[in-house]
Amino acid sequence: MTPHTSLDHSRLRVTDLVRLGGNGLRTRPLRAVLSALGIAIGIAAMVTVIGISSSSQAHLSAQLSRLGTNLLTVTPGQSLSGEQAQLPPEAMSMVARIDGVETVGSVGKIDDAKVYRNSRVDPRQTSGLTVFAAHPDLLEAVRADVTRGHWLDQAPQNYPTVVLGHLAAQRLAAQPGDQVWLGDQYFTVLGTLQPVPLAPELDTAALVGQKAAEHLLGFDGHPTTVYERSSDARVSAVRALLPRTVNPEHPEEVQVSRPSDALAAKDAVLESYTGLFVGLGCVALLVGGIGVANTMVITVLERRREIGLRRALGAARRHISIQFLVEALLLSAMGGLTGVALALTATAGYALSQGWPVSMPLAVPLAGITATTLIGALAGLYPALRAARTPPMVALSS
Amino acid sequence: MNVRTDPALRLPGSSSPVVLLDGVSRYYGGSASPVPALAEVTTSITYGELVAITGPSGSGKSTLLNLIGTLDRPSSGRIIVDGHDLAALDDRRLSALRAHRMGFVFQHFHLAEGTTALDNVADGLLYTGLPRRERRARAGDALHTVGLGHRLRHRPHQLSGGERQRVAIARAVVGDPVLLLADEPTGALDSNSGGAIVDLLHRLNDNGTTVVVITHDVQLAARLPRCLSLRDGRLIADSAYPTAAEASR
Ligand SMILES: Nc1ncnc2c1ncn2[C@@H]1O[C@H](COP(=O)(O)OP(=O)(O)OP(=O)(O)O)[C@@H](O)[C@H]1O
Ligand SMILES: [Mg+2]
Repeated sequence: MTPHTSLDHSRLRVTDLVRLGGNGLRTRPLRAVLSALGIAIGIAAMVTVIGISSSSQAHLSAQLSRLGTNLLTVTPGQSLSGEQAQLPPEAMSMVARIDGVETVGSVGKIDDAKVYRNSRVDPRQTSGLTVFAAHPDLLEAVRADVTRGHWLDQAPQNYPTVVLGHLAAQRLAAQPGDQVWLGDQYFTVLGTLQPVPLAPELDTAALVGQKAAEHLLGFDGHPTTVYERSSDARVSAVRALLPRTVNPEHPEEVQVSRPSDALAAKDAVLESYTGLFVGLGCVALLVGGIGVANTMVITVLERRREIGLRRALGAARRHISIQFLVEALLLSAMGGLTGVALALTATAGYALSQGWPVSMPLAVPLAGITATTLIGALAGLYPALRAARTPPMVALSS
Repeated sequence: MNVRTDPALRLPGSSSPVVLLDGVSRYYGGSASPVPALAEVTTSITYGELVAITGPSGSGKSTLLNLIGTLDRPSSGRIIVDGHDLAALDDRRLSALRAHRMGFVFQHFHLAEGTTALDNVADGLLYTGLPRRERRARAGDALHTVGLGHRLRHRPHQLSGGERQRVAIARAVVGDPVLLLADEPTGALDSNSGGAIVDLLHRLNDNGTTVVVITHDVQLAARLPRCLSLRDGRLIADSAYPTAAEASR
């Protein structure tokens, strides 16, 4: 035999590398599952929370685009002396004249009148319901729909008829055609309304026509809320004009608000919770990463003999370190994929149970898997380098 | 990248050394009070030799074998293996030398549990970059060579000690190494199985492989063509060069 004059590098095929990396997981499946669990939980928590918040946002923006964001409400504030101010009776017609205003409606609260199922009910049990004198255009302005029966404009103005908001109808257990005790006489229920998300005060309302309210209930003609819709482009201009238009002498006694802002604010609250949960998920992820690092350190210690043998078979230090790095990566990738799968299931389940559209920005699970891969690399780095530094002869003599 | 062999290290013909040790020492412990495991060993082994290393426990046999096998580096002195000065090689090239030119056999076999004999042997080629199919084909051949052609699918716990050691030898020679290093391959076996292992080493040597084998067994050592004796880390006798070894004592 003749001496060889040249030396190749020792090499390890990529397919073999992946197989070697999976070896540790295959031979100790329980340990692998347990240490991947931490990462899975962390990723699942983060991705789920973001998915739920995103689904809720999708639901909200669908709701807002259905309800419109161009509704403004005008209510009386307080006078300088601290008394409850009033809107003038002609407030509605003045608002209607503002450039860009498309529909106007109003209600006037009748404090003295209460509504009951019948005349025998204890007068103190108002069920939290309010009686309003309603302008016929109210429905159009708030985009409310009649569930059953008819709106006020379908009956003679002076007759004792009433339309009930959806909660009012529930609490009174009243249907169109029924009689309810209102003020000092029976009113016939003309119709019931669907929920009105932008004007929830109407859900608990008994709405009486203005003429009937004046004649039968002593309504003074002052509206307590004016609802107004303009073109989207004019909303802020109209908003600026409203106080002076409604009450030229005391514009400061007029309050203007935008109900769609309140809906959006609910979402902002949810968002702050999202931040909290994402933070918690980060902590879980960190703990999961430490778990993987811990598992890998133990694995490397346990497998010193294998390391020595591989070195004797021709593995370079880098082959040893990359084998354990791949093992850590596979471990955390397994956790990451499981976590993302859990999160997708949980998000879909929750969103569907809430009647929301399921929405998950693709970047979120991708970022989650990227993060777990990075964590795996970080967690595996030290054990892998340590494995590569194991002196082969010491490992073999054990 | 290739490493060229220093021409001065290449001796012509069959006397060309596969291993050359020149004043090799290996110390353990801190620099304050170094303990020599191997002290000033100078010798050479020619291609095709079959050499025994003997000596009492702790005399430095394993240390010497690990140095030749590039699993350890000397504290001082020069080692040349298969024409390469080991001091000049980095980890990658030393690994290549082990992957392509050497085979190791250990007292305790070091087979992977739960892995078939075939795949254990095929792992002897893992770091050569050969495709798996090819590695398995050659592993089958190697197992036939060591007389285990009927045990390909057996796992280590289904094999006797002698059979396990033969699997380990098949793994060491599957890459057709020029140098086979065995550290007490019969140490964990009864005399029958041990004898079979020695016969196998002889057969491999007949086919051209240089074999260096550590043994405690004086009778076994006497059956081998050449014997190096160590004591307290020193080479005290070399059956090939009786006088030279006397002189270096
Ligand atoms: N990693 C180490 N650290 C410190 N001392 C060591 C180390 N390895 C070996 N030694 C010492 O070096 C000396 C030679 O050890 P070696 O293992 O080479 O002996 P050996 O001849 O193979 O013995 P045995 O027949 O028992 O295997 C011993 O005294 C041992 O204690
Ligand atoms: Mg020894």
